[in-house]
Amino acid sequence: MALLQISEPGQSTAPHQHRLAVGIDLGTTNSLVATVRSSEAQTLPDENGEHILPSVVHYHENGVIVGSEAVARAVSDPMNTIVSVKRFMGRGINDLRLLGTKLPYQFVDKESAAPRIHTTGADVSAIEVSAEILKVLKNRAVESLGGELQGAVITVPAYFDEAQRQATKDAASLAGLNVLRLLNEPTAAAVAYGLDSGQEGVIAVFDLGGGTFDVSILRLNHGVFEVLATGGDSALGGDDFDHVIAEWILQQAKHHSDPEPGLVRTLMLVSRKAKEELTETTQANINIHTEHLQWLGSLSRDQMNALIEPFVRKTLMSCRRALRDAGINSQDILEVVMVGGSTRVPYVRNKVGEFFEREPLVSIDPDQVVAIGAALQADVLVGNKSDADMLLLDVIPLSLGIETMGGLAEKIIQRNTPIPVSRAQEFTTYKDGQTAMALHVVQGERELVSDCRSLAHFELRGFPPQVAGAARIRVTFQVDADGLLSVHAREQNSGTEASVDVKPSYGLTDEEIETMLRASIDYAEEDMQARGLREEQVEAQRVVEALDSAINADGELLSDEEKQKIAQARDKLIEAANGDDGETIKHAINELEAVCEDFVARRMNTSIRNAMKGHSIDEYAAEDK
Amino acid sequence: MAITLTHTAADRISDFLESRGKGIGLRLGVKTTGCSGMAYVLEFVDQLNPDDEVFEDHGVKVIVDKKSLVYLDGTELDFAKEGLNEGFRFNNPNEKAQCGCGESFTV
Repeated sequence: MALLQISEPGQSTAPHQHRLAVGIDLGTTNSLVATVRSSEAQTLPDENGEHILPSVVHYHENGVIVGSEAVARAVSDPMNTIVSVKRFMGRGINDLRLLGTKLPYQFVDKESAAPRIHTTGADVSAIEVSAEILKVLKNRAVESLGGELQGAVITVPAYFDEAQRQATKDAASLAGLNVLRLLNEPTAAAVAYGLDSGQEGVIAVFDLGGGTFDVSILRLNHGVFEVLATGGDSALGGDDFDHVIAEWILQQAKHHSDPEPGLVRTLMLVSRKAKEELTETTQANINIHTEHLQWLGSLSRDQMNALIEPFVRKTLMSCRRALRDAGINSQDILEVVMVGGSTRVPYVRNKVGEFFEREPLVSIDPDQVVAIGAALQADVLVGNKSDADMLLLDVIPLSLGIETMGGLAEKIIQRNTPIPVSRAQEFTTYKDGQTAMALHVVQGERELVSDCRSLAHFELRGFPPQVAGAARIRVTFQVDADGLLSVHAREQNSGTEASVDVKPSYGLTDEEIETMLRASIDYAEEDMQARGLREEQVEAQRVVEALDSAINADGELLSDEEKQKIAQARDKLIEAANGDDGETIKHAINELEAVCEDFVARRMNTSIRNAMKGHSIDEYAAEDK
Repeated sequence: MAITLTHTAADRISDFLESRGKGIGLRLGVKTTGCSGMAYVLEFVDQLNPDDEVFEDHGVKVIVDKKSLVYLDGTELDFAKEGLNEGFRFNNPNEKAQCGCGESFTV
């Protein structure tokens, strides 16, 4: 018999209609999945009771291993074991070089904007690797909830740009997840503490994980979280604490030569254990007994604090910078939310509390808080809450705009605009007789396009030649609730249109996307059909427009009966184009073309006749010579 | 007429009510829907209706409307785990048949 959960009053669902939704924290080091059951948000454990899934994927000839088993391979088989793949999301090789990231893997397809990592199993992109992690979490959720998921909210860092967000969304569809929304990680943490329904004001989110540190300054304003500033260090975290303790042990043990790899691993494990112990106690005993080193000693909390002090100082410097960027004083901060396992260290809590001059929020497990916030949001989005619970809005993290003459970025949607949003601006042509315009969509705060991130290129073609400045090209930017962008351009005088869904230029080529979609059989067919339909609809529109302009120009060439026949076929095509069957549209196009065949021939004859009127054949013959 | 809770179920309901932060108890009910006639209802209760009966077991208030009680009399509510999945289960002596999924039943 099915296992039931408790619903909110009046929100019971019919059998088989349960609205199952999850929140996923897709982290650099670790990932988690959470859900709301019987009105309680909780992370879901695997069959071993582990809530945390290490974000590590190992590829071998026969398949894929994800999680703690893959972690073990990271040491023995590093080239086929992919860690911290989140750093590669939405990035090309050159982006990665600019970031100063070391590239530990062997990349193929270097010229493609989405490079693939070569492993003995397969060549995989960052999106596919992330999809493997998401698949494991999805399966865990389906098993735990006893049914298919209606959707997921996935968290991303506040500083992720469109390309990185799109890559995250691609990874989710590849894993067969319906993304209800992408949510900023600090926003999710604030939601977990219920700050979205609390007092309005400025909130700081201090996120110190194993290998990364992020600080975000958010302002809650009419139920919308604006990101005022972000800062951090992508190479600072709890692992540094372990490292410095390990070095201290070596020093105390008077071990002067370089430690062997095996000893290093032991030392890191022992150091980590001591660090965790010192959260509860003030003294940790350390006992190392290996082939290369024997040492018995103890580490006090004060000693550890002194060791990690330089790292903590660095995080506070980032906080100070973020506050300055946001134009906020530390006294103006309403709440400080602690995220990430390393915020369990009492010294970190104290120092952060001192810095912001208030007690940080720590009651929710700092490893789980982001996933829990995402789960709460997912629960609202699938409709398990009464209408009284407001929908949380999010904002555009970086301004969106287009390139104008001279390589300048013209911003169309400013950062921190709540989404969904649509904004338009008019542009014009630069040269006389110009009939096409190239549009370059960019994202960023800088004035020069070269300093912004390039998202997409597309062209508006075929508007009538006019003198420079006469064409009116309206460019509309639309961002949906997931923060994903589509751009639409329309020449107002002629009605010529073009649009693009942001296919970021980091991006996957059509072929790449197609190959990936074929791999996930569920989606391939739907996608191809939708695409075919869209193509037919565009073609139908083009045919109708061409016909209308022809009748406008040469309508007198037609008898009333012919006109009526053509009008009938034209109506039929328009009706078909409004439907959702590509084949019907194609058929209607062919029929209209058949009906018009005579008309087209007559027009051609007439235009030739007109062109030759008053001239003799000899003149043309003479020109040919 | 009575409805009972197992010890595990009562503990979980208390936990859920506490984390929810409000609510006077748990509503058990049936509604006519589903592939096999009836479906169970399991909801938090913030407000009593005039035709509600209130039972108490292991310190937890169980609320059932009079119409549902006819179908639920003698039911024991349990909390169970099946693999990774967990949730509440109705042990209802009035049940004659269930649909394959166990989410709806006939009496």
